[in-house]
Amino acid sequence: MLADKDRIFTNIYGFHDWGLEGAKKRGCWSGTKGFIDNGRDWMINEIKASGLRGRGGAGFPTGLKWSFMPKVIGERPHYLVVNADESEPGTCKDREILRHEPHLLVEGSLLAGAAMGCHTAVIYVRGEFIREREHLQAAVEQAYEARLIGKNNVHGWDYDIIVHHGAGAYICGEETAMLESIEGKKGQPRMKPPFPANVGLYGAPTTVNNVESIAVAGTIMRRGATWFNSIGRPNNAGTKLFCISGHVNKPCVVEEELGIPFRELIEKHAGGVRGGFDNLLAVIPGGSSVRMVPADLIIDTPMDFDSLSKLRSGLGTAAVIVMDKSTDLIKAIARLAYFYKHESCGQCTPCREGTGWMWRVMTRMAEGRAEKREIDMLLDVTRQIEGHTICALGDAAAWPIQGLIAHFRHVIEERIDQYAANPDPDGAVAKIAAE
Amino acid sequence: MPKIKIDGTEIEVENGLTLLQACELAGAEVPRFCYHERLSIAGNCRMCLVEVKGGPPKPQASCAMSVNDLRPGPNGEPPEVFTKTAMVKKAREGVMEFLLINHPLDCPICDQGGECDLQDQAMAYGIDKNRFHENKRAVENKYLGPLVKTSMNRCIQCTRCVRFTTEVAGIEEMGATGRGEDMEITTYLNKAISSELQGNIIDLCPVGALTSLPYEFKARPWELRKTETIDVMDAVGSNIRVDARGREVMRILPRTHEDVNEEWISDKTRFVWDGLKAQRLDRPYVREFGKLRPASWAEVFQRIAQRMNGVNPERIGIILGDLVSAEEAFSLRQMADQFGIKNIDCRQDGTPLGERGGRAGYLFNSGIAGIDEADRILLIGANPRLEAPVLNARIRRRVARGGCPVSLIGEKADLTYGYDWLGAGPETLSKFLGSEVKAGGKPMVIVGQGAIARRDGAQVLAAAYRAADKLGAITDGWNGFNVLHTAAGRVGALDVCALPSKDGGKTTRGMLESAKQGELDILFLIGADEIDTQALGSTFVVYVGTHGDAGAHRADVILPGAAYVEKQATYVNTEGRPQLTGRASFPPGEAREDWAIYRALSEALGLALPWNNLDELRAAMYKIAPQLMRIDQRTPAPTSELADLGRTEGAMSGEAFRSPITDFYITNPIARASRIMAECSALKNVRKLEAAE
Repeated sequence: MLADKDRIFTNIYGFHDWGLEGAKKRGCWSGTKGFIDNGRDWMINEIKASGLRGRGGAGFPTGLKWSFMPKVIGERPHYLVVNADESEPGTCKDREILRHEPHLLVEGSLLAGAAMGCHTAVIYVRGEFIREREHLQAAVEQAYEARLIGKNNVHGWDYDIIVHHGAGAYICGEETAMLESIEGKKGQPRMKPPFPANVGLYGAPTTVNNVESIAVAGTIMRRGATWFNSIGRPNNAGTKLFCISGHVNKPCVVEEELGIPFRELIEKHAGGVRGGFDNLLAVIPGGSSVRMVPADLIIDTPMDFDSLSKLRSGLGTAAVIVMDKSTDLIKAIARLAYFYKHESCGQCTPCREGTGWMWRVMTRMAEGRAEKREIDMLLDVTRQIEGHTICALGDAAAWPIQGLIAHFRHVIEERIDQYAANPDPDGAVAKIAAE
Repeated sequence: MPKIKIDGTEIEVENGLTLLQACELAGAEVPRFCYHERLSIAGNCRMCLVEVKGGPPKPQASCAMSVNDLRPGPNGEPPEVFTKTAMVKKAREGVMEFLLINHPLDCPICDQGGECDLQDQAMAYGIDKNRFHENKRAVENKYLGPLVKTSMNRCIQCTRCVRFTTEVAGIEEMGATGRGEDMEITTYLNKAISSELQGNIIDLCPVGALTSLPYEFKARPWELRKTETIDVMDAVGSNIRVDARGREVMRILPRTHEDVNEEWISDKTRFVWDGLKAQRLDRPYVREFGKLRPASWAEVFQRIAQRMNGVNPERIGIILGDLVSAEEAFSLRQMADQFGIKNIDCRQDGTPLGERGGRAGYLFNSGIAGIDEADRILLIGANPRLEAPVLNARIRRRVARGGCPVSLIGEKADLTYGYDWLGAGPETLSKFLGSEVKAGGKPMVIVGQGAIARRDGAQVLAAAYRAADKLGAITDGWNGFNVLHTAAGRVGALDVCALPSKDGGKTTRGMLESAKQGELDILFLIGADEIDTQALGSTFVVYVGTHGDAGAHRADVILPGAAYVEKQATYVNTEGRPQLTGRASFPPGEAREDWAIYRALSEALGLALPWNNLDELRAAMYKIAPQLMRIDQRTPAPTSELADLGRTEGAMSGEAFRSPITDFYITNPIARASRIMAECSALKNVRKLEAAE
């Protein structure tokens, strides 16, 4: 369990002042100039050495990503884009940072920007985040006023931060769709290659990072890469904000070390599963886009990138969705399928056509109004989407269903049998779901 | 140059090629919907997926990946691409299934049937069973104007139409609204598209979502006889294919010619075909007691011979219209010589072209493809968007690439690209000549007919030449002095010298003035309808043409000729490229091919033209204009005489330049007879009125 002294987000619950004064008291903005003076290579190496993996879901090493930016600033400026378009169902960590720790983000983006030769950062805030954007905007203005950022600031690195408010499309959380959206176009992912580090925002080299990845950068540099790397497990270092939701007694956002076993995480912070661990049915460990894991497999699994991917799931954004035995899993996944159908940008064929198809079949299956061979058909459709699309939304739409079929095929079959035995126009589910 | 192995065959390809192009070079067929080599890459249909060795374990969109993106193997062996593996087959089947689940499969009632990419590729790459048991999506049809019919249920969201209108046509009126499966292609506020090139989205649409509205349910592609020919609606000489069923022309489609029209044609070119069936002159007529009466060929020839008998040739004139082919112009030139007629002019709009400066004085000397190389363009009295829409698209592409500023002297207009407006008329041109300009590079001056079809045309042309000279547009390797013609037949007629004879021949303007004052007894109008035919006084008018247009209404004798799809003739485009038309249909009724009419007429007049067939005529024509022999080759004109153009004396008037085309859709007799063009024109006028409000 993470000791209090090792917490990065010491005001994540908003008990203290989120403004500049409060943040400074908690250590934010101290020594920042020193890090910048140490130079780009030092900062990138520090992040590399810390073992920080991107907190947005894919877990790509952040230091390595930073090092992809051109070493010399050419004709076009470099940009940092901070992804605060947190829309993944189950995920609610970035919003706490925006609300209560905005200065860690502002400081972090200055450091990340300086490390990559950017003089401009765009923070893309999710459309639905109104208060969060206000706090962030206020924090940015405070930082401008205190000359922490802006032209001729005290850190000697000219830096502008633009808070860009999205319009509430999930797909704009995809890095290239975000760039399109910032440019004022329809939020649709771009083809890769070229990658944003070569051709990004307005065609200039750009790095897109998650809020949490950026917000921890300042503290990592302050306390040293070794400190951060000593927390957690090999290749899964550091602390992470977990968003625990679903059938637990006390849903919460909590900072914990990576690799904390699932049982400990839930017991210590969320007050245990509703009705005890025996009542646990399944867990979606990383936000809606990863495959679910049944109770017996996850219960003692360390919550980190590698252990969860061994279970053919993933840590994702560490949005742990706990489902107890009262859950209608098929209906739950059908709802997720609706989400992906609704949020597909419609640009490329498999996702545009496939998400709607999957949702329709899932809806029928939730009612039992299907045939057993359709389960394999559905699985085949998910495989036709997965890996065939421009961006990862296709994969994200396919995985929840694949997880369901992999682990709970018998539930679907039972539902179909139940309906076949007693065909009811409202579907077999009407009686079960009357919880 | 990178090496790449495709299905086991190693080939060397150019840098920057996409995998799809490389696969094609290696002979591997890759299906595609959204990819089009003249549009930007969207990569959204996912049909062109291929397997790449060494890459991620998922199929890659070959249209969007460059050969340079692939890395060689560990020992430097070339990267490998597979197009026939099980993974690729499965991926294609999957994508095809997705495309078809919401497609209505209404091929039997779809106009695209028989030439549909989706149909063909579903046969080749699809599976034959259906697993989709939900309801299909329904999408409301959109209104795109009178030319493009929509059936949006069939749309597969490839966005080719959006990319074409935005990138090539330069109008940002189409786009996609909605998201996911609710994404719909539409125009801004459901208004008609305003582009003159919109018809091309019909060809681009890989399915039947966008089809030709005038051609709706008219014919099936397998019923049509296809004739490759040349368009005459403007002077670009777009390569077209005319599809006819029996004698009836059903539709017109573009052919690819990289140096002329690439693969686009204007809407006038594409949709003028119904004008070929209306208002046609199908038999000879003579005027009696003020009324036209049908007559036989023998009678009309006799009538003309009678009338010409004893008339002083100086009181006879010939004016050639815009659609006259080189063979016809040459025949008339020859006839004029034989009968001592000095008054012959192929420039019915009254320009001074061909009088000075040799051939280079009236050609688009840099060639249409030369626009791609230009690094500065000065438009003088030209509105290329209306005068040559396809050529304008090329300018737009050049401008979009950067490093080619455009300036305009003349009417302000929306050219679909940004330009620097210098001023309205000759005054600005004089000022430009007096100002400091940086010469060098490959500058281009494009002179429109609007600048020179006026009394001071020669002076303006001289000033335009001096402007080109000042910009350094005329050097050894580059001739950027360009005349943009609007008439398809003009350059050919100028090439065969259908001009007033040097010893006192009258120009069009001179002939019209003489006619008004009763000094002209006989006037031959060869498809010349764009002159003031009501002001010809008591002149005896012989009209040779295809349509009952202005000229025919005034005529005393009408000789019915063949339209451009009904004859084999040479048309020379604005850059001096001779091209041959093919015969897709036959002239209606008793109408005849024009060269034959002149041959018969000359015989009736007592002095037959010295040829008995088209080949003999051409052989004679090639003697005086050998460049016409080199079909589809542009013979650059020598610049030696060009300087003479600048020596014209006299002052320019203060009147502003005005484009000769006020209504793009109705510029010639065929277009004026077309109901579709009339509809487009009316729509355009309404829009103009709305804009004025």
